[in-house]
Amino acid sequence: MTSPSSNGRRVLMKGLEAMGEAAIRAGCRYFFGYPITPQSELPEYMARRLPEVGGVFLQAESEVAAINMVYGAAGAGGRVMTSSSSPGISLKQEGISYIAGAELPCVIVNMMRGGPGLGGIHPSQADYFQATRGGGHGDYRLIVLAPASVQELADSMVDAFELAERYRIPVMVVGDGLLGQMMEPVVLPPERPVEPPRRPWATTGARGRPPNVISSFYLDPAELEAHNLRLQQKHRAIEQAEQRAVVEDPDGQSRLFLVAYGTAARIARAAMRAARRAGIPVGLVRPITLWPYPRATFDALMDRAVAFVTVELSLGQMVEDVRLAVEGRRPVFFYGRTGGMLPEPDEIVRYLESVWHQLAAPTSAAGQTRG
Amino acid sequence: MARTVEVSSESRARVVAARPRALSDKPFHYCPGCTHGLAHRLVAEVIDELGILERTIGVASVGCSVFAFEYFRCDFQQAAHGRAPAVATGIKRVHPDAVVFTYQGDGDLAAIGTAEIVHAAARGERITVIFINNAIYGMTGGQMAPTTLVGQATTTTPAGRMAERAGHPIRMSEILATLDGTAYVARMSLHDPLHVGRAKRAIRKAFEVQLQGLGFSMVELLSSCPVNWGLPPREALRWIEERMIPHYPLGEFKDVRGAA
Repeated sequence: MTSPSSNGRRVLMKGLEAMGEAAIRAGCRYFFGYPITPQSELPEYMARRLPEVGGVFLQAESEVAAINMVYGAAGAGGRVMTSSSSPGISLKQEGISYIAGAELPCVIVNMMRGGPGLGGIHPSQADYFQATRGGGHGDYRLIVLAPASVQELADSMVDAFELAERYRIPVMVVGDGLLGQMMEPVVLPPERPVEPPRRPWATTGARGRPPNVISSFYLDPAELEAHNLRLQQKHRAIEQAEQRAVVEDPDGQSRLFLVAYGTAARIARAAMRAARRAGIPVGLVRPITLWPYPRATFDALMDRAVAFVTVELSLGQMVEDVRLAVEGRRPVFFYGRTGGMLPEPDEIVRYLESVWHQLAAPTSAAGQTRG
Repeated sequence: MARTVEVSSESRARVVAARPRALSDKPFHYCPGCTHGLAHRLVAEVIDELGILERTIGVASVGCSVFAFEYFRCDFQQAAHGRAPAVATGIKRVHPDAVVFTYQGDGDLAAIGTAEIVHAAARGERITVIFINNAIYGMTGGQMAPTTLVGQATTTTPAGRMAERAGHPIRMSEILATLDGTAYVARMSLHDPLHVGRAKRAIRKAFEVQLQGLGFSMVELLSSCPVNWGLPPREALRWIEERMIPHYPLGEFKDVRGAA
């Protein structure tokens, strides 16, 4: 197997395979995972490609083992990732908490499927709370990226490794089976130097220096509080510097803004176009970072937005962050499907029409929150 | 571990016993009569003798030995409960030339971490595992371990472990010896000087097997926990000999180099 054509040329690739190739080009050389639908094409791709570039693919005995292998490899200085889907991500939470606590860089892909429990395998965004609130035990956050096309899936892998290493934090890329399985043209990122940056803290063997220890253990509560405050400082810095979102407002005249990410954003975009044709001035806010949540984007829209309509493949999770970002300044509405059901653009358009009518006198509706 | 120096003749003075180079000077936090300190020392002496301190990476587990990283003077990673073999796998795959060992207790290795230890062995992961079997959960205050003997009283089997309710103690060395990826596995005891010497030889073999790239290696060490057993240290050592060894026979269960 050879690597798909690069040099800026567009190639047609399946989402999960584009993620794998992009990760390798970003210098990822270690992958530990466990099979689960709908993401198995990613480990399968890594199993074929990593040995070709001198990397290591290992199929672990469980998600629990896989994330702890990631912890070991990241602590040892390797550029490492794992991937899974919702139930498997739940199993990884213990390890993710340790990785966050020990401040190790790594990338975790969650191709979300419907839950709770075994749930189903179809597209879902019901792991939003888990992804954006840390997910495991303790006061911590992950950086969470939400790509919405095959191109963005590939680009997000490069960003994810860069962010993980810049901040020594686990970065999660969330998608779903629809994004992962679809084929679209993609320009793959250029190869990056394989040699990871110098990591003086890594466990490489204590030759000519004092021993390095990778740990999240602080038995003294004062030390643990100090450690948490350091983590919080880092989180604040990330919130300041890394909020990312795309605003789609074709004519600059939008008053009603859809808010959606990933697959839901693709459907919302179709609904936006249809609604505009029907005369409703609809725009779209598409968060790229789910944590840190792009609150500044909402501040910037307050002069033209009369309301926000959140569309999710869940029964209402990101909508809470929208409300926190809007801070009661505008009404926030919600439309969601769950369990793997996807809304049709038409049903979103009908919902937009009903919201628009509710806001009949748009300027007087401000301040009211629904959803 | 005091430094003992022969002082009869200044010109002939030589060190006959000293702290191994692989151990830091931090005093152990272990309870009086506990054999963890002894096990640490044996591992440290083997690391010194093999001259591998600068390329050794240890993995500490959850249990009484959670602070192992403070006692060994090599790089260390602290692992989640039971996950040390998976963490060691990740380290070893990044640094195949490093010497990677885990130090785990019986709750860690034989209960919550059973899947990780079995599969690390089945993969023939080139790591060395030091397995402390003291038949009890020490750090959490004396609860039943997977290795607790039938009839043994613990805080969660106050009337003694009853097999019909709480199951049977598990023999990990014998289980792991059946796996093709295992290159060396032995069970030794720390209850008297003769057995301590044998334990050290087994630990040395386990590290040599890793250095030769032959596969997974483990040494199980029968160890004392006087405080949680409710026995004075000397009686605790006798309890190992009289109660534990009959259930956990000593010996080398596998040595791919042909000695077992």
